[in-house]
Amino acid sequence: MLTYIIRRFLLALLTIWAISVLAFAIIQLPPGDYVTAYIAQLASSGVDVTPEFAENLRQQYGLDSPIWVQYLKWMEQISRGNFGRSLEWRAPVLDMIGDRLWLTMAVSVSAVLFTWGLALPIGIYSAVRQYSIADYIFTFIGFIGLAVPSFLLALILLYLGFRYFDANIGGLFSPEYQMADWSLGKLWDLIKHLPLPAIILGMAGTAQLIRIMRANLLDELRKPYVITARAKGMSEFRLILKYPVRAALNPFVSTLGYLFPFIISGSIIVALVLSLPTIGPLLLRSLVAQDMFLAGTIVLFLGIMTVLGTFISDILLMWVDPRIRFERRE
Amino acid sequence: MANRLMNGNEPPPILTVDKLKTYFFTDEGTVKAVDGASFAVRPGKTVGIVGESGCGKSVSAMSILRIVDDPGRIVAGEILFQRADDAEPVDLAKLDAEGNEIRAIRGGEIALVFQEPMTSFSPHYTIGNQIVETIQLHQDVGKAEARNRTIELLRMVGIPRPERRIDEYPFELSGGLRQRVMIAMALSCNPKILIADEPTTALDVTTQAQILDLLREIQERTQMSVIIITHDMGVIAEMADDVIVMYLGRVVESGPVDEIFHQPKHPYTQALLRSIPSIFAEPRTKLPTIAGSIPHPHNRPAGCPFHPRCAEFMPGKCDRHEPQLRPVSASQLASCFLYHEPDI
Amino acid sequence: MTQSTGERGAFDSQFDHASITTAAEERVSVATQWQLMWWRFRKHRLAMISGMVIAAFYLVALGADFLAYADPHKTEAFRSLIAPQPVHFFDEGRFRPYVFGLVGKRDPRTFKRVYEPDPEQKIALRLFAEGYEYKFLGLFKTNRHLIGVDGGAAEEAIFLLGTDQLGRDLWSRMMIACRLSLTIGLAGVTLSLVLGVLLGGISGLYGGAIDTLIQRVIEILRSIPTIPLWMGLAAAMPRDWGVVQVYFAITVILSLIGWTDLARVVRGRFLALREEDFVLAAELAGVSQMRIILRHMVPSFLSHIIAATTLALPNMIISETALSFLGLGLRPPAVSWGVLLQDAQNIQTVAISPWLLSAALPVIVVILAFNFLGDGLRDAADPYG
Repeated sequence: MLTYIIRRFLLALLTIWAISVLAFAIIQLPPGDYVTAYIAQLASSGVDVTPEFAENLRQQYGLDSPIWVQYLKWMEQISRGNFGRSLEWRAPVLDMIGDRLWLTMAVSVSAVLFTWGLALPIGIYSAVRQYSIADYIFTFIGFIGLAVPSFLLALILLYLGFRYFDANIGGLFSPEYQMADWSLGKLWDLIKHLPLPAIILGMAGTAQLIRIMRANLLDELRKPYVITARAKGMSEFRLILKYPVRAALNPFVSTLGYLFPFIISGSIIVALVLSLPTIGPLLLRSLVAQDMFLAGTIVLFLGIMTVLGTFISDILLMWVDPRIRFERRE
Repeated sequence: MANRLMNGNEPPPILTVDKLKTYFFTDEGTVKAVDGASFAVRPGKTVGIVGESGCGKSVSAMSILRIVDDPGRIVAGEILFQRADDAEPVDLAKLDAEGNEIRAIRGGEIALVFQEPMTSFSPHYTIGNQIVETIQLHQDVGKAEARNRTIELLRMVGIPRPERRIDEYPFELSGGLRQRVMIAMALSCNPKILIADEPTTALDVTTQAQILDLLREIQERTQMSVIIITHDMGVIAEMADDVIVMYLGRVVESGPVDEIFHQPKHPYTQALLRSIPSIFAEPRTKLPTIAGSIPHPHNRPAGCPFHPRCAEFMPGKCDRHEPQLRPVSASQLASCFLYHEPDI
Repeated sequence: MTQSTGERGAFDSQFDHASITTAAEERVSVATQWQLMWWRFRKHRLAMISGMVIAAFYLVALGADFLAYADPHKTEAFRSLIAPQPVHFFDEGRFRPYVFGLVGKRDPRTFKRVYEPDPEQKIALRLFAEGYEYKFLGLFKTNRHLIGVDGGAAEEAIFLLGTDQLGRDLWSRMMIACRLSLTIGLAGVTLSLVLGVLLGGISGLYGGAIDTLIQRVIEILRSIPTIPLWMGLAAAMPRDWGVVQVYFAITVILSLIGWTDLARVVRGRFLALREEDFVLAAELAGVSQMRIILRHMVPSFLSHIIAATTLALPNMIISETALSFLGLGLRPPAVSWGVLLQDAQNIQTVAISPWLLSAALPVIVVILAFNFLGDGLRDAADPYG
């Protein structure tokens, strides 16, 4: 059990490291370097830049040393909390990210909760009442959810809301709270606005999980232990919840690890369509403007968030499956 | 009809199955898994149901417990079960399959032991959890009391160190031990009838003998009735008092175990007995087998279902008319035109 | 033959029942694996229909220029944002499709150009009309198109799905977009198939440290959110790259992540098959490892690979659409469904001209069809199951 947690934890660390390399690569990829861009920016705003100043900057960022030294320097700066400056916004990267990271988290987590809360009961119902009308309807909705990419769904809903309800369904806050400081009222406002993006983000995942749950449960329902339990005289409802659902939960939980990155991924582009004040639109802007420190940092943060979510889901899986607790692998 | 087996001074049977028909309605057609089976179970005795795979023995057992899965359904017949000694028997076939009465009988008065000890337990709960649950379903006892009883049961079925084993998961036990646990669970509510569906098929030979001994020993102690379902004539010879031979969903012959083994009447029973390997046989002689194979369930032969494979096939009779289960001796019934003429 | 009929007749009558039942069974037992799969696949009506839909889409991609009627790249400020226009099929009781001519006016209050049908002006449509010049299948030059108008240019008369902001005909652009959108998925899947089969095969075949290493890499790749990563990589593409360069770069980016699923399938099959009796039997018979893999193992999991590949395709298409939608994927003048949807990014524009969303429809249909087809293939892939 402990070795399992340790193994998962080490893997998480390894993943974070891999992500940091990728983030660094993203910062490095565009032609030219940060200092050249920064100096050009300063010059354009009328500041006189001496060659010494440029040279100092270069040394500070280690731009004249080999690439791996630059990576280490970048990591060192990060460990001190210095993520560099955003060229476009002329502000420290951290200030730019600010609340957006937490809002991204809030949207993603509520999408995961929505996905689970819906997929579990529907999956069970669809399996137990296989080929019923409701099963067909859920299957159909599931396929639609699978086939419509979340950003298209957002776009279509946005259009419908605009056209028929004359309401802008985008955003995470009402206008009066948009610029306000955090307060209970603002929190409540956020909670009221969360369901829609959560549903849009969760649709595809929900559809997938319903199918997984239904298929697993159908398999489990045919297992002899279900007949054993039935032969004991248990009521059907209790029986299904206690035995086959419990067994079908395992593969279900294990998908959480992949659901989370999937949802974070989707949230980037959905946030853009719904103009949510999350990290997505900022990332896109920074990429388009080649504001690479900002972009790299965002990719790094998103990656770390995902790894944390995956780690938590692994722990959850261990709690659910006695075979993992006993360190028996299939 | 089955009552003819009984002498006047014997107690009435505890379970009477009469002309039971359980059909499966699939897309490809109707499968008549059980097609008019009749038999009786005497109190305290063992009935062996024997036949090749697919003959409807397991479905008969499932029908008694009313746990036949979709798309299967009991379409006709009676299953009369004597709940208390003085009351009228209940017809299990008429009960609501998910109702309270049948659920009280399932596991409480009629218990089932399964052929698959590997998969008959859920791997997610300890064996103790699964037995305690059964006890608490049928008896009004607390958790501690149920747990103590479970330990006693495990000890009774010969599990070593039951107070430790009770908290183990099924995948930690060997096949033989698991089958013992299964029997313990079936016995947990002192059932009147124990149905054992191929209880030893998945076990190795020495373990098989132990499990059969255990079943017999328990039966002597508790005086319950046992229905043992098997394709193994050896198990029948060792365990059964009465034998029912099934073929394609029908009972082709029934009677006391001695008569069935020494004077088999139906050609199918005769063929089954011939195909048992014997230590008295000449070395290197070929073991007789039954010609042909069981017909596909959608393609039942007309007339007597056994006639395409029968050595005594009488053209014009067996392939046209259906034989009925009729007395062929003082205690035996058989369904064959060798012993009665077709009703026109 | 005539000699033996008498004997056979007697024989048959005795074993009548047995022979009837075994005829069907025998057909099954002598069938090849691919026949079994085909029989099983045929039963999946939805998968069959989906297969045909996909085939139809690829046919459209082949003959896109023929199906288009207006030059997809020609802009015209005077035809900006024209609404889709209905086609009338019957003219005075006879089948003679026509459309009304449009009259552009300026709204006196908003000063926006609006177009109104002029009932006086019926423009007859005709098949195989002449239009802009193109190379059919890249082979020979022609200017025939499926539909057009008598005399005059189709660009000025037909607007089946309306026009975009720059006055380009949406129907024609949708036809052309099939090409890039449908092939970029294929190219991406092919590339990730190569990677997946190679790495998954190595992983499953050799096991041990190599397997652990590849599995860890897959786990890491799968736990990284893909879209930000893609965005980062795509944004790093030099601005001056041409359509073809961007196309291949996007393919590589998509397949860099996409191979992991396929690798898992291949590895899983290898691990399962390694334990199979027939592989052991072949090993004991002294068959070389290469031959065991090619002759015994590959045929028994090829079908699984095909199914997994089919299921991977829609993800590629979604990803391309998403990237292009963000402006980080294919860029104009390339035309793909994602590029077309870029115009629909702004909700104000969409609210006024909802037809700009129409490129969403083929995306949804193709993804659905690939999913159904993949499901059917996956079920059929295990003909003995």
